[in-house]
Amino acid sequence: MLRYTGKRVLLALLVAATVSLLSFLLLNLAGDLAQAIAGPEARAADVQALRRQLGLDRPVLIRYVEWLGRVVRGDFGESYYFQLPASEVIGERLPVTMTLGGLALGFAVVLAIPLGVLAAVRPNTWLDRLALTLSVVGQAMPSFWFSLMLILLFGVALRWLPITGSDTWAHFVMPAIALGYYATPAFMRLTRTGMLEVLASDYIRTARAKGIRTPRILFKHALRNAIIPVVSLAAVQLGFMLGGSVVIETVFALRGIGFLAWESITRSDFPLVQAIVLILALLYVGLNLLADLLNALLDPRLRVG
Amino acid sequence: MLHPVRGVSFEVDHGETLCIVGESGCGKSLTALSVMGLLPRNARRSAARLVFAGQDLLGLPERGMADLRGDRLAMVFQEPMTALNPTYTIGNQLVEVLRRHRRVSRGAARDRAVFLLDKVGIPAAASRLRQYPHQLSGGLRQRVMIAMALMCEPDLVVADEPTTALDVTIQAQILRLLADLRREFRMGVILITHDLGIVARVADRVAVMYAGQVVETGTVREVLTDPLHPYTQALLACVPVPGRTRRGERLGSIPGMVPTLIGRLAGCSFRDRCVYAEPACAATDVGFTAVAPGRAYRCLFPPGERTARPPEPVTA
Amino acid sequence: MPAPGPPPALLLDAAAAAPTPAALLRRRTLRHGGIVFGGSALLLILGLALLAPWLAPHDPYDQELSRRMLAAGWHAGGTWAHPLGTDNLGRDYLSRVIYGSRISLLIGVSAMVISGLIGATLGITAGYFGGRTDLAITFLVTTRLSIPVVLVALAVVALVGSSLRVVISVLGFLLWDRFAVVMRSATQQARVLDYVTAAQAAGCSPLRIVLSEILPNTMNHLIVVATLEMAQAILLEAALSFLGLGVQPPLPSWGLMVAEGKQFMFVKPSLIAMPGVALFLLVLSINLLGDGIRDVTAPEARA
Repeated sequence: MLRYTGKRVLLALLVAATVSLLSFLLLNLAGDLAQAIAGPEARAADVQALRRQLGLDRPVLIRYVEWLGRVVRGDFGESYYFQLPASEVIGERLPVTMTLGGLALGFAVVLAIPLGVLAAVRPNTWLDRLALTLSVVGQAMPSFWFSLMLILLFGVALRWLPITGSDTWAHFVMPAIALGYYATPAFMRLTRTGMLEVLASDYIRTARAKGIRTPRILFKHALRNAIIPVVSLAAVQLGFMLGGSVVIETVFALRGIGFLAWESITRSDFPLVQAIVLILALLYVGLNLLADLLNALLDPRLRVG
Repeated sequence: MLHPVRGVSFEVDHGETLCIVGESGCGKSLTALSVMGLLPRNARRSAARLVFAGQDLLGLPERGMADLRGDRLAMVFQEPMTALNPTYTIGNQLVEVLRRHRRVSRGAARDRAVFLLDKVGIPAAASRLRQYPHQLSGGLRQRVMIAMALMCEPDLVVADEPTTALDVTIQAQILRLLADLRREFRMGVILITHDLGIVARVADRVAVMYAGQVVETGTVREVLTDPLHPYTQALLACVPVPGRTRRGERLGSIPGMVPTLIGRLAGCSFRDRCVYAEPACAATDVGFTAVAPGRAYRCLFPPGERTARPPEPVTA
Repeated sequence: MPAPGPPPALLLDAAAAAPTPAALLRRRTLRHGGIVFGGSALLLILGLALLAPWLAPHDPYDQELSRRMLAAGWHAGGTWAHPLGTDNLGRDYLSRVIYGSRISLLIGVSAMVISGLIGATLGITAGYFGGRTDLAITFLVTTRLSIPVVLVALAVVALVGSSLRVVISVLGFLLWDRFAVVMRSATQQARVLDYVTAAQAAGCSPLRIVLSEILPNTMNHLIVVATLEMAQAILLEAALSFLGLGVQPPLPSWGLMVAEGKQFMFVKPSLIAMPGVALFLLVLSINLLGDGIRDVTAPEARA
């Protein structure tokens, strides 16, 4: 079990390192960083000076190795804009994104799982079709537009929730819904399929033969088995949500790393962008690893030894 | 629409084993599920009478049925490998059934579980409670299933081919176990099987099924030594019986195939394969003819009045 | 042994009356609600895009500042010359919505083709050769999945410049993962089929086997993923344009129109409602079509 985990951790680190290399290359080769920072009106000589000052005239791979070396020691570079260590700037905004991601995931799961169970218990009825329709509709809406519609409805027309900022819990409600609904269909379908499969299995028949009543069969016996792939999906989806929070955070002006990334891009603050990409990649591989571990934990058959 | 079971009639008494025997697809499993009220969603049950220990089960709503299941009516299924929930321990699943039907503490339930696991012959019973199903072999899992069926001391146990999926050596052990437990707990047992050898070994009474109908009933001695229905006779001719089949004797075979179950089948379902078939067999639905209490067969013609057709020449 | 059965002539008739697989497929396709609705809606939007110059009442770039922020034709103060009103620069909204379909469709299809080529090639290669090739490609896919796509897309567009071509390229080079995953498993399944083995035994080259045996049998999976990825590309472009780092004004990208209308959303919500609804309908029809094709051709792939 330990060796298995060790191999997975190694693989995860390798992936993260590759992502960092790719993003580094991308950012440094796709365009002229010095030019971007200096701005379109700067003189060529100034741009050249800036290039030398920031060390951008050295070969890319050498810069990457140096950067990686610093990263391993915890130094994620320094933000041009804030003149502060990237880790500090990011660290300040990360909790907001994590909160948003967690709430969004919670929303998606709380909505999807009961719907999925209901759809599985009454397959091919109006309830099932309704749930499937909702999920198809949900996936077709652009998230930014959905956010704006939510703002118009709950923020303006009904005046229930605040529109921008991240001070109170109420500020997170609409963003969490906007971010989470996109994952709801996937969870619902997975729960439904899993439950349908599980409900047809022999051990459910055994439970009924023991006289166990339906609610207990559904939630103790069936869901426990059907939920295993859902948990894995949850970890992976959280990773996607963290990476895809840019739009939501920007619309709702939540001071998380997504918003920070967008601001940094528009400000050409590329060390910060690079650091954010790396951190998001690390979070994603970490969550995937967690998903694997949770899988093993939840399914006794996977625990070797 | 399929009619997998068309005419079933039998009785089981305390402390006796009824074997329902028939080939695959004859509807024996469905009959068992039907008694327990465990038919799949798209199946319908219709019966004239279904009485258990004086209680009419036909009018009983699902809640009442659920109260009986596991408590006074228990079932053991054919495939032990998939019959247990893989995510809960053996102990959890055993305790669950007892606590569902009785007010007992967890500790008391666990004690009973250990007692029964021991009774069914599982070594190191106490430590098994914490184990998961995948850690046990098929034979052990089937024993666990039997223990689980006995947790509440049921009056009737329905065992659907409990040994078919197991090795022959384990089969013998499980059958002996069932017989011992039946004697000790004074339960009625309905044992479903396709194996005449098992019938000979454990049955007190037999009901022979063919294509959804019970075609003959009687004590095991009566049915095996003096079969009254053509199907039973043909079946026994196919099986070598130690002591009866002489060396070098040719074993029989039943030509043809089981009829389709789609739509309503009129007349005797065995007529296409019966050497005694007459045109009348296709026309009228055949009822049970009782020879003695509990001894009956389903044929238009009594054994003495049948004429065998000469076998048809085999065409190339 | 004579079996009692119908005379052979009856059997022949029965065979002749059975429909061919192709006819069955056509029938199931035409009966599937999702395909019918999604397909027709998509055709409608495609028609709008192609016939835009003739259907749109005005030039979408034509600014008429004296007619800014007009209401829709059926409201008081609106005029039927501008059936959906005008935006903050006096441009006819209906025309912009119609022309916007061109951008979404163009980007959707182009990005889908690029990512499809990349992803399908990788997936088929991994599925066909297995072993180390498979490991390497799977590693690539995992890496790609770890990349926060929106961020990287934003960054690249910011660096390189936001033209239509850049946006298409960025989307095409980032969205190939699902192609790779699906084609990989589809190829693995197709590879073990008998006629592939026969082709291998006959000495055909891998490329030939892939093109003539594997691809035709995995085409249905490919089409389904293609539709889903096209939808995703359209949504992603809209998001990029909304954030200002996609298609640039004055092009009538629907995402951009939402961004432009956002500043007025409290006074004139229709400015953001309409492009959003247009996006929603387009993506919905594509998704329904894709789901429908999957239901009809490969129902076992249903997640």
